[in-house]
Amino acid sequence: MNVLDLVRAFFGDGAHWHGYDGIPARLAEHVTYSLAALLLAAVIGLPVGLVTGHYGRGGNALALIATAGRALPSFGLLVLMVLWTGLGLVPVMIPLVVLAVPPILVTTYEAVRTLDPSPVDAARGMGMSEARVLFRVEVPVALPLILSGLRTAAVQIISTATIAAYVGLGGLGRYIIDGLYQRDYEKVVGGAALVASLALSTLALFWAAFRLTVSRGVRARA
Amino acid sequence: MIRIDAVTKRYDDGTVAVDRLSLDIPDRAITVLVGPSGCGKTTTLRMINRMVEPTEGGIFLDGADIRRQPVDSLRRSMGYVIQNAGLFQHRTILDNIATVPRLLGWSKQRARGRAAELMERVGLDAALARRYPYQLSGGQQQRVGVARALAADPPVLLMDEPFSAVDPMVRKGLQDELLRIQAELGKTIVFVTHDIDEAVKLGTMVAVLREGGRLAQFAPPVELLSAPADAFVEDFLGADRGIRRLSFFPSAGLPLETAPLVPLDADAERLAAGADAPYLLVTDADGRPLGWAEPGRPLERDRLLDHGRPFRPGTDSLRSALDGAVLSPTGWAVAVDGEGRALGVVSQRVIGDAIRAAHGRAGADAGAVR
Repeated sequence: MNVLDLVRAFFGDGAHWHGYDGIPARLAEHVTYSLAALLLAAVIGLPVGLVTGHYGRGGNALALIATAGRALPSFGLLVLMVLWTGLGLVPVMIPLVVLAVPPILVTTYEAVRTLDPSPVDAARGMGMSEARVLFRVEVPVALPLILSGLRTAAVQIISTATIAAYVGLGGLGRYIIDGLYQRDYEKVVGGAALVASLALSTLALFWAAFRLTVSRGVRARA
Repeated sequence: MIRIDAVTKRYDDGTVAVDRLSLDIPDRAITVLVGPSGCGKTTTLRMINRMVEPTEGGIFLDGADIRRQPVDSLRRSMGYVIQNAGLFQHRTILDNIATVPRLLGWSKQRARGRAAELMERVGLDAALARRYPYQLSGGQQQRVGVARALAADPPVLLMDEPFSAVDPMVRKGLQDELLRIQAELGKTIVFVTHDIDEAVKLGTMVAVLREGGRLAQFAPPVELLSAPADAFVEDFLGADRGIRRLSFFPSAGLPLETAPLVPLDADAERLAAGADAPYLLVTDADGRPLGWAEPGRPLERDRLLDHGRPFRPGTDSLRSALDGAVLSPTGWAVAVDGEGRALGVVSQRVIGDAIRAAHGRAGADAGAVR
């Protein structure tokens, strides 16, 4: 049997579509973990990136945090967190957030910092407050890059969220880990295919968000 | 009136950008701040809308210290135009221009109506309203920048090297446009440039600043050209300031000779009438100049000498007249009316006499003022 047959067999089995271990339930769990982690990472990364980018300060510290964040192995961090806090959602969320903050933070910082200074100067000279300058002048033009940072983070979170299954939580990782344990390769391949398609759907979603939120005047140059 | 009173700007590292500068900037006129880089002209401009705060001294707008009012409302009462226009690329041209009215709380509809009016005023095609900045040329973007600064009808306009980044032809167009708009609106304009020709062309008053932010001379351009305060100003004005000063003398009073004017189809009698002139100016049936011919020979259209660039008495200056005479191979300048029909010719010698007379009058006027 080749991989495609395995995929077909997995998705063709009616039993995989119902119950707590069914595809809808596992998909919903996976999306929930991912969304929660992305939201947390954005709540940390976006404001810090926007403010440091706006004032053009703190770049060195950010680079350090980013490098450290990227160097930390998610799985190792998960094991460490479980040993420290016990099983549960918290030890899963921490590595996911740690993974997602650097791309959001660093891209947002760079996106705002490297903007053409003339419109910002003009906006201040016209009497816009600093907050207005940031949200009405800088963010709309920096948006394509900011979105790309969020997209990178989202895709990384989705692929890494499979590790939640290691500590007894659900999500699409369940199929991969249980499948490996049970030597049920149909399950492993099916789970992997689901994770991959979820990541691809996320890319499509971000593409749609880009089309909807980025001004035509910026899009043409991005 | 904007009064700059003994203003000094010293940065933390000890650099002095502006040094005890005092200037009285007149209302409803263009005051140009000009000087080499590092002379503090931009810093001075940016202190007027408090983008930079002075270390010492004060700036007064109609007698009131500008620090008395909130900084945002001060800035909204002054139009601000910068070198690269600084347009918001995510907004349409119309919404760019409507920015300050929207900040002031106008409705979207009213602000856009006002923006459309301004596009017409600065010579922008209404079809550009829905475009985005990247779709416009540099010159068009700069016009949008001017329109945006004028949108809320501020009494004061601050312009920081607004035309430096566009090519010379476009720059000349923008300068002429600014003078036309100023004649209609009568704003108090403070204009920064490093280009002395631009300063002389646009300024009602010109402040020449030197390195270290000190004032070298503050005078109307014609006075600057005729009586530079010191060697620095003279050097900064560059060569041929005498010739450039002629731009301020009208050519209207030049005595024009009409005898050398002959139509291409002139008969022998008509040709004989101009025989005393050293050259004949041949015109077409409508009276437009075609070129020069030597008297005593039959007129042949393709053997005429180029007549150079004609000047228009009344609108053009003595500089244009002299230029026409110098460029003409015969040494005579051709005067034409608004439709390009020849009015007469004038020699270099006669223009020279007129220049001497004009200098004499200017000297007498200056003496009377002092």
